[in-house]
Amino acid sequence: MTTEFRLAIGAALRQDRVRGNIRRAMDGLVTKRREAFPDPQERESLRDEGAAIRAESVARLPELLEELERTCTGNGIQVHWAETGADANQIVLGILRAAGANAILKGKSMVSEEMGLNEFLQRQGIEALETDLGEIIIQLAHEAPSHIIAPAIHKDRAEVAALFRKHFPDQPPAQQIEELTALARTVMRERFRGMTAGLSGVNFAVAETGTLCLVENEGNGRLCTTLPDVHIAVMGIEKVVARLDQVPTLLTLLTRSATGQPITTYVNMISGPRRAGEKDGPTAVHLILLDNGRSRIHADPELSATLRCIRCAACMNHCPVYARLGGHAYGTVYPGPIGSILEPQLQGLAVRGEMAEASSLCGACAEVCPVRIPIPRLLNRLRYEAVSTRAASPTLGHGSRRLVVQSGIWRLWSWTCAHPRAYRALTRLLGLLRRLQPTRLPPWTDTREAPRLAPESLHRQARAAGFSDRA
Amino acid sequence: MPDTVYFFGTCLIDTLFPRAGLAAMQLLRRAGVRVIFPQGQTCCGQPAYNSGYRDEARAVARAQLDAFPADLPVVVPSASCAGMLRVQYPLLFADTADAARAEAFAGRVVELADFLVRVLDVRLIDLGPPIRVAVHNSCSARRELGVADATMDLLGRLARVELVEPERAAECCGFGGAFSVKQPEISAAMAGDKARAILATGAAVLVGQDCGCLMNLGGTLARQGGGPLVRHLAEFIWERTHRDD
Repeated sequence: MTTEFRLAIGAALRQDRVRGNIRRAMDGLVTKRREAFPDPQERESLRDEGAAIRAESVARLPELLEELERTCTGNGIQVHWAETGADANQIVLGILRAAGANAILKGKSMVSEEMGLNEFLQRQGIEALETDLGEIIIQLAHEAPSHIIAPAIHKDRAEVAALFRKHFPDQPPAQQIEELTALARTVMRERFRGMTAGLSGVNFAVAETGTLCLVENEGNGRLCTTLPDVHIAVMGIEKVVARLDQVPTLLTLLTRSATGQPITTYVNMISGPRRAGEKDGPTAVHLILLDNGRSRIHADPELSATLRCIRCAACMNHCPVYARLGGHAYGTVYPGPIGSILEPQLQGLAVRGEMAEASSLCGACAEVCPVRIPIPRLLNRLRYEAVSTRAASPTLGHGSRRLVVQSGIWRLWSWTCAHPRAYRALTRLLGLLRRLQPTRLPPWTDTREAPRLAPESLHRQARAAGFSDRA
Repeated sequence: MPDTVYFFGTCLIDTLFPRAGLAAMQLLRRAGVRVIFPQGQTCCGQPAYNSGYRDEARAVARAQLDAFPADLPVVVPSASCAGMLRVQYPLLFADTADAARAEAFAGRVVELADFLVRVLDVRLIDLGPPIRVAVHNSCSARRELGVADATMDLLGRLARVELVEPERAAECCGFGGAFSVKQPEISAAMAGDKARAILATGAAVLVGQDCGCLMNLGGTLARQGGGPLVRHLAEFIWERTHRDD
């Protein structure tokens, strides 16, 4: 089974510097999250609340989206529906063409990554300028984000300094963090000047009031959404919540889980374009609601829990597999545990099914998820969907990973373990023949000594030691 | 306090580490409990279940439901298998004819350390020399069952044992059953880091409650040469508290 993912795994594990960078960053984020929730009881009740709010949002998704469209429209926000990423790109393009914009300022948005917006706009001759520091760094390096809240987490200070030196030779060279951020700030200020269009993501959209919530730490998001004449917000349809009073709980969970901050430096609540008498803000606000497979996920009562996600990345930060691989090895927009349940559903099990296998099911992700998505349970379910022969399933690529040899082995194993006499005869035989057991069992023994079969099974030893068979 | 219990040996212990299973049964017997080992038991079904083969897992799981018919506690010397029996069986059999039977069975399942500490409150007389022991609590013990405290409590009852937890103790060792075969490189990276952290503790013995983890870590440590002895919790305790007369 040599897939693209398998090759990427090997390559990722050989990159010691990247692994070290990611590990250090992860450890820092794990510590910060722990300190942000000093009281375990409070943390758990907050998680209960968050899970309930998000479960309600997902359960009522169709009606909440309709309400959101109504309230947003009432606020003067123009609402667009996009079934696929390509549709969403076309909508963005249409808005930009109408506004006569040949460039766009971008705040951080994973949905725009999902759409492949930057490449699309480039092909149309429109420049997309990232403004989030992490996004700037990876844009300069021609890379994709390796983490959903810290896109350049795999790079250390020296690498960023070298990148800046190469791309901004006119600026004074920077080494320290403060110098590097100051340099980025200087360069960015020039970029913000005179731009006619800005694009952002959405953390939560409130159906009740037609409000778009956006959190950030650098202020670039606020500049993208207020400075240009046109603001385009893109969001996955699952980001809707019913009421404004549910937002504080979710924000508290989001920022504490993500970076350990009680609140981010900026919390933007966007409720429409500039009104008469207001001094700033865009003259037009567009909201693009992207489905891209989400309504299919929504159709399954168990898997739809995937849509509760608030993109805090705590699952990534605590995942031992992500810590070893980093985000790029997954080859998807969303990496780590959430990516491993989301991407196989968005793209199909035939294409991304192996991601659901790249987990030891250790449960660290579910232990920290602020909205209690049962990630290991859903991974198990996706593994089942991948090999299941059951007739009907809404899951894309259902049954596509069932292999004749593998399923034959499991059937044989199952028959043996379901027939205790056969099981005992087999284990007895293996015990007697244990000297013939191979000492090399690749890939297991590439890095480990092989376990040795015992001469006498516990079944036989228990009987010999006088333990009775029946009550 | 129950005077009779069933013992579920697990397939790994049955075929690779039977001394751990026997030690666990002897510990229970010494505490005054009658231990029954049904010969009809085989495997909990977890390998197939976690690989997505639910029908195959169900057939095996049903054989276990048959093998432990009486209303007695089922003591399991592995948190991973206990988690399968206790937490996953009701999900595996949901909406099937065996749902009620699986629920009732799951309610009887107890992990060994949890049973020894919480139910039996065993007293252990440590006969061994002073020793430093590294503890590896499995992910199932920590998260699925929440019995890691019981392991520490139990080992803490050995007077001359100094317990140490390796760096990043809560992190998975990389076994994960079929995961270690399907994703060997990631698994090896995880086991390698874990082995280094265990070596850094300077412990003479590595103790855990899951033979899967111990096989993974023991195999990795052995390949690196040297390192601590690797013992299942039950076997370690039995060795330190039992005198051959």
